[in-house]
Amino acid sequence: MNKSLLELINVVTLLGGEKRFLAPARPAVRAVDGVSLNVEEGEIFGLVGESGCGKSTLAKTVLGIVRETSGSIIVGGRDVSGVDMKQARILRNDIQYVHQDPGAALDPWWRVGHSIDEALRINNVTDARERERRIDEMLDAVGLDSSFRLRYPHELSGGQQRRVGLARILVLRPKLVILDEPTAGLDLSVQATVLRLIRDLRAELGLTYIFISHDLSVVERMCNRVAIMYLGRIAELAETQRIFSEPAHPYTRALLASSPRLDASDITKTMALEGDPPSPTSVPSGCAFRNRCPHSSEQCAAERPELEPSDRPGHIVSCHRWRSLAA
Amino acid sequence: MEPVLSIRDLRISIPTDEGSAQILDHVSVKLEKGRIVGVVGESGCGKSTLIRAILGILPNQTQIESGVILFNGRDLLQLPKGVLNKEIRGRAIGFIPQDPYLALNPVFRVGTQLLEILRAHGMPGEAPPKKFDRRTEARYRAHLVGLLKAVQVPDPETTLERYPHQFSGGQRQRVLIAAALACRPEVILADEPTTALDVTTQLQILKLLKDLVGEFDVSMLFITHDFGVVAQLCDEVSVMYAGQTVESGPTRAILDDTRHPYTQALIGCHPDRAVDIAGIPGQVPSPLAPPPGCRFHPRCDHAMAKCISERPALQALGANRQRVACTLYDGAVD
Repeated sequence: MNKSLLELINVVTLLGGEKRFLAPARPAVRAVDGVSLNVEEGEIFGLVGESGCGKSTLAKTVLGIVRETSGSIIVGGRDVSGVDMKQARILRNDIQYVHQDPGAALDPWWRVGHSIDEALRINNVTDARERERRIDEMLDAVGLDSSFRLRYPHELSGGQQRRVGLARILVLRPKLVILDEPTAGLDLSVQATVLRLIRDLRAELGLTYIFISHDLSVVERMCNRVAIMYLGRIAELAETQRIFSEPAHPYTRALLASSPRLDASDITKTMALEGDPPSPTSVPSGCAFRNRCPHSSEQCAAERPELEPSDRPGHIVSCHRWRSLAA
Repeated sequence: MEPVLSIRDLRISIPTDEGSAQILDHVSVKLEKGRIVGVVGESGCGKSTLIRAILGILPNQTQIESGVILFNGRDLLQLPKGVLNKEIRGRAIGFIPQDPYLALNPVFRVGTQLLEILRAHGMPGEAPPKKFDRRTEARYRAHLVGLLKAVQVPDPETTLERYPHQFSGGQRQRVLIAAALACRPEVILADEPTTALDVTTQLQILKLLKDLVGEFDVSMLFITHDFGVVAQLCDEVSVMYAGQTVESGPTRAILDDTRHPYTQALIGCHPDRAVDIAGIPGQVPSPLAPPPGCRFHPRCDHAMAKCISERPALQALGANRQRVACTLYDGAVD
């Protein structure tokens, strides 16, 4: 087994719950609700789930820009949890985050070179010539030439903006990069070039990725292992091939059946999940998925399922009934 | 069978500050009764302009250079605005917008917004109301509740009294589908109606659309960029590139027996099919200076002299109704 780069043990992140002036405090939302996982060096770890399932909050917790409420986060063998926000970010310098929409993340008044430069200046690379060299190097690595330094974000196409977004992060030489929906909103042909670049850069720079996406076609193609999240909890985690060939959790199965694949069969026969995901403010008791699950039983309402290993190494499922469903 | 909606050789240009933009160049799409036809292409290929052209909501300076849009034998491009408003838009042709979060006005109740459609057009088969009294309103409300039931909105009776923010994205899209169906249209135009939704909700909506096409006896033109959604929903598909229709035919034929080099390259970019994720070299041309002939020729591996000098016309291939606009298949009989 490879060296573990990042380990989360029972991480819980509460959002909200702050006191309001002359009003009762809002109830906190358990956006991340007891997540344990580890990311190995060099892998692409997929994080999949519907909107509101907590994937972005989990990413921000790992980054240290949202504080975990309990649990530990271990980066490269060092426990970095439980410190204040500023300290947390400094300790996690090896982890960087690529924003979902680089068009919004780049300052429209700043030239691309200036935006990349800022990252270096914040991280105390004081030598101007050194900074310039690294910017050119990185622009070259993401397939843009150094003339892009003088361009403004609005002059770039969607694909080029993604490349700049990547360059701005990679210039800091991180070890773990969190990619938040790196291809959302891109056309098929541009998506292909961006995915290719992401894969090539991993080999070139020895990176590890956490790949957040809801596009299962992309995830199957790109990731080594995949975690399926539902309402702040991990429903299932396994190697990509296993998830796609033998999904154990009913939610994973529903997700796979709904996903628009090229070989999709007639949807009139496909079962659609009913209803919408419940809001994180009113998570059902026991298993969070039970209200929409076609197989739920009394046990599912009474008891919260824990992640348990399946018969295949590295495959964990949190469902009371997966054994009987698989049979 | 005579198609309900038939767009033939539509050529549209819009004058801009930098010259005339050739947005559509010989687009041809046929929609037969009771079918769902997908129009697929990347951004900027003219999918949305096509919808606007059908609804007659193009910018004022737009020049229709050639082509017809036949709806039950009438050319929509020749109809005066009054007729379009009275008989076509919202009445005979319904529209489902892309973003359910933007399409409903947040400060009016859902009922008010749906009633507005009926106040303008009247109940299906009736003239618009001369006066809008309580009795008429009650009748309209009953009709709307029936529609909301058909689109499976929970609690259809109270839905009319609620505001858009009280619904989730999927439910809003259902409300908008009900709005499109309110006057019992013959054709529905759907502009990427599921892009803003999660996959599980998307499947619910796609299943609903498929059921409604049968139940309400409508035909649908479904604009999308997602071949996966096309595979799930559409009977036929028409692929566009830079304003030109390049290939059309039954969905499975297009996905499994792709003929046009652009369609091949595009499907080859899909993670489900890609041998090696690579993309298509080059850029989509600007409509201000489109390449002559086949607009894909600068990026095409098979380009020859004829591709530059002549725009290939859509030609039928074989017996399965697949049509392709490519010089490669000139004189090909198979």
